[in-house]
Amino acid sequence: MVATPKMMGQRIKRKEDPRFITGTGKYVDDIKLVGMLHAALLRSDHARARIKRIDVSKARALPGVVAVFTGKDLEGKIGTVPTAAQNAEGNHWLAGVKLNVPPQPVIAIDKVNFVGQNVAVAVATDPYIAHDALDAIEVEFEDLPVVIDVEKAAEPGSPVIHEEFGSNLAFHLPGGPSPEAIEKVEQLFKEADHTASFRFDNQRLVPVAMETRGVLADYDVGRESLTVWSSTQIPHIARTVLSMVLPMPENRIRFIAPDVGGSFGSKLNIYPEEFLIPYLAKTLGKPVKWIEKRRENFTSTTHGRGQMQYVDIAFNKDGTWLACKLKLLNDMGAYLQLLTPGIGNFTLIMFTGVYKLEAICFEQLGAFTNKVATDAYRGAGRPEATMVAEKVMDVIARETGLDPTEVRRKNFLTEFPATTPSGMTYDSGDYSKALDKAMELVNYKQLRAEQKQARTEGRLMGIGVSSFLDVCGFGPSSVPPPGGGWWEASTVKVEPTGTVTVLTGISPHGQGQETTFAQIAADELGVPMDSVRVLHSDTDVVPYGNDTYGSRGQAVGGEALMMSIGKVKDKAKQFAAHMLDAQPENMEYANGEIFVKGEPSRKVTLGEVAYAAYDFSWKGPGTAPADLEPGLEATSRFEPTNFTYPFGTFICALDIDADTGEVEIKKFVAVSDCGNVINPLIVDGQVHGGIVQGLAQTLFEEVVYDENGQLITGELTEYAVPKAHMVRNFETYHTVTPTPVNSLGAKGIGESGTIGATACVFNAVMDALAPLGIKHLDMPFKPHKVWNAIQQAKA
Amino acid sequence: MGVKISVEVNGVGQQSEVEPRLLLVHYLREDLGLTGTHVGCETSMCGACTILLDGQAVKSCTLFAVQAEGCKVTTIEDLKKDGTYHPIQEGFWEEHGLQCGFCTPGMILSAYDLLSRNKNPSEEEIRHGLEGNLCRCTGYQHIVNAVQSAARKMRG
Ligand code: FES
Ligand code: FES
Repeated sequence: MVATPKMMGQRIKRKEDPRFITGTGKYVDDIKLVGMLHAALLRSDHARARIKRIDVSKARALPGVVAVFTGKDLEGKIGTVPTAAQNAEGNHWLAGVKLNVPPQPVIAIDKVNFVGQNVAVAVATDPYIAHDALDAIEVEFEDLPVVIDVEKAAEPGSPVIHEEFGSNLAFHLPGGPSPEAIEKVEQLFKEADHTASFRFDNQRLVPVAMETRGVLADYDVGRESLTVWSSTQIPHIARTVLSMVLPMPENRIRFIAPDVGGSFGSKLNIYPEEFLIPYLAKTLGKPVKWIEKRRENFTSTTHGRGQMQYVDIAFNKDGTWLACKLKLLNDMGAYLQLLTPGIGNFTLIMFTGVYKLEAICFEQLGAFTNKVATDAYRGAGRPEATMVAEKVMDVIARETGLDPTEVRRKNFLTEFPATTPSGMTYDSGDYSKALDKAMELVNYKQLRAEQKQARTEGRLMGIGVSSFLDVCGFGPSSVPPPGGGWWEASTVKVEPTGTVTVLTGISPHGQGQETTFAQIAADELGVPMDSVRVLHSDTDVVPYGNDTYGSRGQAVGGEALMMSIGKVKDKAKQFAAHMLDAQPENMEYANGEIFVKGEPSRKVTLGEVAYAAYDFSWKGPGTAPADLEPGLEATSRFEPTNFTYPFGTFICALDIDADTGEVEIKKFVAVSDCGNVINPLIVDGQVHGGIVQGLAQTLFEEVVYDENGQLITGELTEYAVPKAHMVRNFETYHTVTPTPVNSLGAKGIGESGTIGATACVFNAVMDALAPLGIKHLDMPFKPHKVWNAIQQAKA
Repeated sequence: MGVKISVEVNGVGQQSEVEPRLLLVHYLREDLGLTGTHVGCETSMCGACTILLDGQAVKSCTLFAVQAEGCKVTTIEDLKKDGTYHPIQEGFWEEHGLQCGFCTPGMILSAYDLLSRNKNPSEEEIRHGLEGNLCRCTGYQHIVNAVQSAARKMRG
């Protein structure tokens, strides 16, 4: 027997790349169907207004225009855009308090509530003509008072966006987690050596996937069935919801996410267009395609963050963090999308981070504003949570005079599983190990010495530390909240000729599971990686799954794959036993061969077994074992018993030019621990991309609406997505603390980089400015803001 | 009203009649079916539509098809020759210079232009050379590695 080289743990180049490097990937816009029509959407340029008059007659008369629909035309014909955040009792799904859900039609009927809301749709034979049609639509708006600032929106006396609710509150969770906890917190605040308070603005961000959204729908009249291609990360969930909203039987809908050009949470929603375009295809009897323009991507695709935090902490002079009160005010935007009001809950369960403290309490509000909805964006609630914990650490360090790394180490949780005051149980961790490694790699002592020197010379040098925590592997039903029945499915088929097809219910869009799942299957089945093909994101092909988000692909989808592989191997042993006249319990499986224990020469290969499994003729007619079903495939569903909790420590050093306010990162060391690593090349890529998105929040990116609700940062020209020269190389390292939650020991890595980086760079900037007595600035740290702060501090 | 143009695309002469307002990127994608050239913004900001026009990297959303009259256009589809990947394609594959792949064709062609002007670019020069191309997935580090690896191979 020749042992095949192990694939897992190797830096293996990806199987999906040949199509992308040759320009032969297939994104939605690359698919063309015969007779296909093109849709374009007229978007509101008013933030809050009544639609007084809308005249589409000139648009309808244009040559090439097939149809124009307004909200009134469609009223009662398609359901409203749903949120998953309301339970059957009408309550917030996680917070358990009443949730106000304003109905959101796919096209506004008589009122618009944000710039970018749909006002009409035009369908034409050519996309240019569809856009001409939009220019020919006449709309008269009557402006209404606009609510933009979330703090003002939540105040009594603010104009009310959705009058039926009497205020702008979507929900209000007045006090949690329990009266006892609140009492305990108050007690600790009285006993503590010190208390401190701060307000933190986690500004809104735009996810900016490089591929905008797009939908193509095709209705087959004869088969009464619908095929939808959408740039989404959740084809399965989208299909289920579409079937309810259209409505249409679910088994007549095929939902496909073809190649998807990035998402980062922004395609973890089912948007108005995902109902509208299928409706148009069905109504017009022709395939209809809609591709989002970049401007629409800014105004109408969900934003991230938008969370105001009010934090009170109690701590002792030895650096011990005792207790914390957190109040969150979440900016919902005008309507609730799939998870809008749930994002803050991830902050509530995670804001104590990797630290042990005695008690916490919290309050949470969600308020409507005349802006596009917020929803998941890489990290979804955890970068915000990490900002709380990591700012707290630096506040304690500053107030006690201790080194920030010492304060962290003093407060680390050290025993696992660890139960937190928010009721979560961390699976495994070794936080000191990651901190030690990061300090060693960055040469922390020397950095502090350099900083001392810089300060004597009047230079502004800052060092930032972030010992972050993520919660991944969504998710176990048994762990409320947020829990959730987010199990995952897989099928493994060994075909008659021995090739292996893996079907998975996750929906990767850049994460590389066509490769990592093939690595797993190759190792476990003992077959070459080239003979494994991984299929996903087509509801007619793969078993129902729960798609990709929350860094769940490897930790949940990977384990579902392991289960199916196990079943296939068991079945292969049974066939092999029949083929070799042996007992199944005496069979062993290694390197793609099945042999009799102790007699390695009595063997068959997986390929031979597969052929036999489909053929049944190896002993002539009628000799097939009666107790074995033909075929060699298995399907499994994995329901995790807990979340996984990846962690790490990032340390960066930066200089601030006092004359210009410019921040320059000089060193960045990223130590992550995502448990066992299947492909280090891919994991590094996830970390790099995550870090850049995270530090972009600190340094570059912010959504700006003016007081009339116009989106000022509504194009790539105004919104600062980092370019190559704006960032630098990062030094990555991985400590390995496997999770006991799945047999792969893998925790998930998709969001760690973002979660760790925002706070790391924030702390470094504040550290640099500390000698000037500056205690807080809101992100992003654009040069003019930093320069102004420096001038004021000096004055 | 159609305008007649003749353009050489990936070594093949094309005679077409196009609307004067048709963008070059749409001509390539829709009329010629070369969908490897992507559209990320149409405002010349993202670089996803980068092609080579007479050997120079340009953003094909900033030109009308009629402006390519008499020019030679190279798109990503023409880089792999006789079953062999171009060293830049290899670099991106080996160094994991892509995740979702949407920016990749444009990145590769910008890198092509850069390496034709500078055979041994520093990290800094690569980062500045690719300033016109946005990638939201990779954080650029593996893209820098990819271009460096390609440069090494191309220098031989
Ligand atoms: S599509 Fe041409 S630069 Fe973005
Ligand atoms: S690989 Fe996704 S945008 Fe670059």
